Amino acid sequence: MSAFEQQTTLNENPVHGLWALTNRELKKWYKTPVILLLSLIQPVIWLGLFGKAMNFGAIFTGGSFNIPGLNLPKSVLDSISSQIMQQTFGTSDYFSFLAVGMLSFISLFMAMQSGMSVVWDRRLGFLNKELSTPLARGAIPLGKVFASILRGLVQAAIVLVIAILLGLDASNVTILGLLGTFAGLFLMVMGFSSLFVMLAVRSSNQDTQMMIVNLLNLPLLFASNAMFPAKFMPGWLQPIVQANPVSYATDISRQLLLGSTGMASLGFDFLYLGGFAIALTVLGTVISWRFLSK
Amino acid sequence: MLNQETVKPAPTSAAVGEVLSIRGLTKSFDGKVNAVDGVTFSVLEGEIFGFLGPNGAGKSTTINMLTTILRPTSGDATICGHDLTGDQAAVRRSIGVVPQESTADDDLTGLENVLLCADFYGIPRRISKPRAAELLTLVELDAHAGHKVSTYSGGMRRRLELASGLINRPKLLFLDEPTLGLDVQTRAAVWEYIRKLKEEYHMTLFMTTHYLDEADRLCDRIALIDRGKILKIGSPAELKESIGGDIIEVEVQPGAPDLSPILARVEHVREVRKVNSDYRIKTEFGEQTAPAVFEALRLGGAKVARIAIEKPTLDQVYLEYTGRSIREEHVDTTTRMPRRGGMFMRRGR
Repeated sequence: MSAFEQQTTLNENPVHGLWALTNRELKKWYKTPVILLLSLIQPVIWLGLFGKAMNFGAIFTGGSFNIPGLNLPKSVLDSISSQIMQQTFGTSDYFSFLAVGMLSFISLFMAMQSGMSVVWDRRLGFLNKELSTPLARGAIPLGKVFASILRGLVQAAIVLVIAILLGLDASNVTILGLLGTFAGLFLMVMGFSSLFVMLAVRSSNQDTQMMIVNLLNLPLLFASNAMFPAKFMPGWLQPIVQANPVSYATDISRQLLLGSTGMASLGFDFLYLGGFAIALTVLGTVISWRFLSK
Repeated sequence: MLNQETVKPAPTSAAVGEVLSIRGLTKSFDGKVNAVDGVTFSVLEGEIFGFLGPNGAGKSTTINMLTTILRPTSGDATICGHDLTGDQAAVRRSIGVVPQESTADDDLTGLENVLLCADFYGIPRRISKPRAAELLTLVELDAHAGHKVSTYSGGMRRRLELASGLINRPKLLFLDEPTLGLDVQTRAAVWEYIRKLKEEYHMTLFMTTHYLDEADRLCDRIALIDRGKILKIGSPAELKESIGGDIIEVEVQPGAPDLSPILARVEHVREVRKVNSDYRIKTEFGEQTAPAVFEALRLGGAKVARIAIEKPTLDQVYLEYTGRSIREEHVDTTTRMPRRGGMFMRRGR
């Protein structure tokens, strides 16, 4: 009897299909190291150029700053500088501050890719192929979400290692802190990638999707505490920063990796991100499911 | 949750031997003209059923409804004993689809694509691996199984789709324009695979095509469709027959009397027309009637100079039923289903 004629029982567990789809996305990624490298270039440039160039600490040190007539001794200036840095950025240098924000940046970026790949699947007919099989409808959006979570976390880990090599102050890093950081990023990517899958599920135009991604990408980043402390932002921006999930993921990372004083308590950070992730994942899956079942 | 892959016996509602039975299937987009308009027909077990019509006739829309991608506006169908709208999961398990365009993931290898499809059906790897290998051998892609699909030619992609569509051992396989855009050799190869599926694997096939020669060569029965409506169903021979059968054309040497009345009495002859010194004789069976015609003319004193038997083509059948040739490739934009964009920015083309 040929292999074709051999009968079998089918595994109807929806997780089977979900894993197959997640693995498909991951395979495309780890089998093409060039994509992995390219997606790392941007955060590394931000880290290396922006993070190093914005050397706020140097403003007060190295004799560039003094008050005429007072002639403060350098040790006093250094101590003022370190106090200002500590109170502004919660750490002794801006590079460490930004590097931790970059973890959110790269994760957010990965979350946005998930929407694009939904559009591609529709355009190339892959989605129709999926729809003609007994694959659970919910597995289609969730596969994208899980793949982008895994990709986001791996990329964030690589960015963290690079940041440490470039001089991130790692004195406060603990295993538990790392786990907490990645748990926060997990929730953030889960929520955002569900959002982008939901926005993409009806679209067959990659240009529209690209515009949506670009429209949301930088505002989400700038209207958060990822690159600058929220407390110094103007009042009208505060509510946006306070509502932006990117702020909470970054807040968790800063508290756990740098030992900074947070924008909110760790408990609230996790609660907020958890609520965001669950709400958007449920919403995204239900909307995609309903649309795909049409 | 485990389910037998084998399809459950059909309930009594479907007639014996009917793999697919459609009743009044209709699809309208945005409440406009019906892309598919009250289509009713059956596909019998083990046959190759062809859906023949020009682009935009409603063929793909029908396939998309029957493969559960689109929900019918009204009407219903029973596929392999399962209700199309009531038991989608069972329908999906019992059918296979070979789409018009390559839907494989370019970044994965041929084998990975087939195995991915197997995963969609929940086929365990110990079964799907040897099965995928066998199917890739069937479509002669075994040597390329480990290559990325982005390196495949158009013909290889189509063969890969065929292998993917067969991975769940479907009782009924849908082929949407299986040879569209393929070169002559690849077309012939695909036809060969299709015949093999029918003969060796006893599969029932439902295919759409707008190639008359393809329908003529492959299909046991053909449904002519135009503007969402079925015009005629029958075997290629029956369809040709329905427009009047063969034509025997006889040229006699000048000087003989008009023998039309005598010819009209010859068995199987339906109609005789005399044009100058030529007789055009319509008959059901050209080859069997020709000797009798020859004999009648000889007895009547006419010398036959030339004799020819014309077989009606599906082209003529199509012209007869739609009032226009299929080659005009008429596309009515209001009845076409929304398509996934154009060709631009398509990867790997």
